[in-house]
Amino acid sequence: MIQIRRTLSHVEDIHHEFGLVAAVPLRRGAIAAVLTNPFAGRYEPDLLPLMDALGPVGLEMAQHLLAAMDVPAARIQGYGKGAIVGAAGELEHGAVWHVPGGYAMRELLGWKPSHPDARAGTQPGNALAIVPSAKKVGGPGTALDVPMTHINASYVRSHFDAIEVRVPGAPAADEIVFVLAMSTGARVHARVGGLAAADIARWDGLR
Amino acid sequence: MLAQIRKLIVQVDETRLEMGRPVDPPTRRALAMAVIANPCAGHYVENLDALVAIGEELGGLLGQRCVQALGIKPGQAQSYGKAAIVGEAGELEHAAAILHPKLGAPLRAAVSQGAALVPSSKKRGGLGTAIDVPLGHKDAAFVRSHFDAMEARVADAPRANEIVVAVVVTDSGRPLARVGGLQASEIKGEDGLR
Repeated sequence: MIQIRRTLSHVEDIHHEFGLVAAVPLRRGAIAAVLTNPFAGRYEPDLLPLMDALGPVGLEMAQHLLAAMDVPAARIQGYGKGAIVGAAGELEHGAVWHVPGGYAMRELLGWKPSHPDARAGTQPGNALAIVPSAKKVGGPGTALDVPMTHINASYVRSHFDAIEVRVPGAPAADEIVFVLAMSTGARVHARVGGLAAADIARWDGLR
Repeated sequence: MLAQIRKLIVQVDETRLEMGRPVDPPTRRALAMAVIANPCAGHYVENLDALVAIGEELGGLLGQRCVQALGIKPGQAQSYGKAAIVGEAGELEHAAAILHPKLGAPLRAAVSQGAALVPSSKKRGGLGTAIDVPLGHKDAAFVRSHFDAMEARVADAPRANEIVVAVVVTDSGRPLARVGGLQASEIKGEDGLR
């Protein structure tokens, strides 16, 4: 059921956006995997087998992305995911990515209260926030703006971001592009207030 | 650094399957791009030495980033290419100054050897403009299996006063190459052609 045709990794260092040059550049990365869409050209009522089969694919992609970004997992502060379905598929085929794509990064970055990094009364776990997502049906080279938010609290305003991902030549009609994205921090000149990462207090994945 | 870099981007494109057939080993192409300020933007500048020096610096930096991203030894690199997109307050000659006089030597050092011409393309463009970076075998320009191109594009660049400089290094030719011509195994690698 799983046939990976191609992968594209993308890592960028943002030094500034016409403001002060960041002491440590913001690093953002995305990985796209181009898979054969096993449901292309027909209506398949049961999509759950693909969702299950994508579990290991997601984890491998997350590990590949972290290696390409060349930072320890502890430096990842933002994440997002997405899918671009080729013309012979339907949007619902992209929706199968919600569980395995989100699970993959939360598995890689997450930890529970028993972890040595856990701080009693402050941070009981990691990668607590929902992984934001976007999906669309499109032709080869279609660009997808993959939304990104803070990994522990969705309302952290400095980490609301998006990274444009595009694979030249894909997806063909019978392909799906699955995407994971991660970042090491806030927007490079974030300054519009709201909840700051340092003020996360509820640890409920939201605030 | 001479270059004022706003963004540095590295991509690796790996093809494992083409038309249902395994590509084994997979073909891999690495693209490194720097988004830099154009010191000559906005008015006519006769002497472009500043851009020539930036090109020399970026040839090494971007070439090394590609080799590093592929996880190969420099000698395992097989093909290369370069390109630049000049923002609208600059001229095409600015791209030429970066690409042609001095970028090649440090790029060749990064991939070891490189007897062949580094194929190039250039254009003026706005934010998100795509450029196809032409590729050729680094030691023999006539190797047909390695004629290729990789698309380079930065969503938010170049601004009017910026230049996007791109270098591509591969460790392979096209997936399932089968249109004959000079084979990589047949080259002498002395004159840069065959």
